[in-house]
Amino acid sequence: MKPASQSAPAGAAKPRLTTSAMIASIASEGQRTKPAPFGHALNALASADARIVGMTADLGKYTDLHIFAQAHPDRFYQMGMAEQLLFGAASGLASEGFTPFCTTYAVFASRRAYDFIHQTIAEEDRNVKIACALPGLTSGYGPSHQATEDLALFRAMPNMVVIDPCDALDIEQAVPAMAAHQGPVYMRLLRGQVPLVLDEYGYTFELGKAKLLRDGYEVLFISSGIMTMRALEAAKALEADRIDVGVLHVPTIKPLDTQALLDACAKPGRLVIVAENHTVNGGLGEAVAGLLMREGVHPAFRMIGLPDEFLAAGALPTLHDRYGISTEALCTQVRAWLK
Amino acid sequence: MSTASIGHNLSLERRAWNIRRHALLMGEVQGQGYIAQALDIADVLATAYFHAMTFRPDDPYWEGRDRFLLSNGHYAIALYAALIEAGIIPEEELETYGSDESRLPMSGMASYTPGMEMSGGSLGLGLSIAVGKGLGLKRKGSHSRVYTLFSDGELDEGSVWEAIMSAAHFKLDNLIAIVDVNNQQADGPSTTVMAFEPLTDKLEAFGWFVQRVDGNDLAAVRDAFDAAKAQMGSGKPSMIIADTLMGKGVPFLEAREKNHFIRVEANEWQLALAALDERKPS
Repeated sequence: MKPASQSAPAGAAKPRLTTSAMIASIASEGQRTKPAPFGHALNALASADARIVGMTADLGKYTDLHIFAQAHPDRFYQMGMAEQLLFGAASGLASEGFTPFCTTYAVFASRRAYDFIHQTIAEEDRNVKIACALPGLTSGYGPSHQATEDLALFRAMPNMVVIDPCDALDIEQAVPAMAAHQGPVYMRLLRGQVPLVLDEYGYTFELGKAKLLRDGYEVLFISSGIMTMRALEAAKALEADRIDVGVLHVPTIKPLDTQALLDACAKPGRLVIVAENHTVNGGLGEAVAGLLMREGVHPAFRMIGLPDEFLAAGALPTLHDRYGISTEALCTQVRAWLK
Repeated sequence: MSTASIGHNLSLERRAWNIRRHALLMGEVQGQGYIAQALDIADVLATAYFHAMTFRPDDPYWEGRDRFLLSNGHYAIALYAALIEAGIIPEEELETYGSDESRLPMSGMASYTPGMEMSGGSLGLGLSIAVGKGLGLKRKGSHSRVYTLFSDGELDEGSVWEAIMSAAHFKLDNLIAIVDVNNQQADGPSTTVMAFEPLTDKLEAFGWFVQRVDGNDLAAVRDAFDAAKAQMGSGKPSMIIADTLMGKGVPFLEAREKNHFIRVEANEWQLALAALDERKPS
């Protein structure tokens, strides 16, 4: 038997380091989760609808589309690491009567393949569904994988419906809603072990609808995506400070549920805070601000979002604290604004 | 076999001549247009629509049709001319070419024009859409084919090679692509803007059935379409490399200094039509 090398690092004894890994779960420790809600919801949908096909650009495993590929191998198209081809071919399949669900990372759909989605899918109004992982700051890998401007880009595209789901429940209910909508849809995707939160609030996803998850007379969070989960956690934490916080979840970024937003913002004396996992440029915050300005509704108004800069690589909890989108950071900002 | 009903006994030579004439009339309407390209590709379009493809003029989206994707959307003037000749667009509509509210905008778009299957303008899109349509037709068990026309300048686009690689990967023998090698793109001769030769060797290495023909030799073009159609069952997509002459059919335009967007003076449209008329085939 060989003696153990004297120079080998005693890895097991070392504390676990934080990581700038590409893939990291956004579920906090001990949080309830559901595995691969997108893949399973797509399977259920595909069993009832022969038009559904799945397509990816070498990221099936990392977008939960492998669940679909295993169940429906003859309806799965591996397009290789070629996002322009992915979306152009999806347009072609849609024009022949199929309903392609395409997956890649949000950075690649929004940045690399934008013109293909714009011209071959949105302009031609093709029935293509786009589901993209690593939205906003959900990767510690650095700007190459941090899709901090995808909502702004897809909001700006005519014909495109834009969804930013919060949790596993949102995703599994959004999938059939995407298919039921005739036309192109972009959805931000959470994959792997996805937090399950909204079932505690009697919530159901409806395309184009905002939902009030809890009411509060002092502060109203308007949020989408994982920021709704954070806002709910912050609302609970702020109970200790006797701050009464409501949360309006806006999973459909486009078209906006303007009536629900105006009604919620017209309530007097409430601080409105839009919280989004996205650059403050052109996302939900500016969409809501523009709506309120146009309609003459003027609550006290703040925005929480990612700064207009290339974000750092690092562990997600570190980065969420640094850029102000962790639950703790939300609480700190609310307390400061109410002083 | 074409199911076009109008003038079904006309020769391909006459079809190509008619397409050139429709295009010149549209160019005259606006005093501009990519007329040199329309003239160079008329023989290919005549052969596609009146020899190779199956379609119904009165039902341009008939499920059993062959699909034609115009990737080089600026060639719309040429495709409109072919669609007029095919009876899909009424001839009198050419007077609206490029005008407000017209169904015939200068750049081809799917939502404007019957028989226009994609929105071009941004180059390098067509082959990717064609791959999706080819996959879709196979899924449906359809025997229809996908034709797509693109230009040599589009070979600069990486997406074109993504699509070329994937068409062979998916064994799309229902796909026939035609590349117009007129050797002119926006900034100059295509081969000097970005060298793409030896094109036949490259495409063969990518797994395609490749033919290179004089794109203004109707007999050669016809034979190439026949051979490409015979690839159904081979598992290979087909590429027809069509070497063409810009301005073909109007000698003073053929001789004009080659440019991506040739200038035609106001008085020259009638001269061009007269020159074409002198060469009217029987």
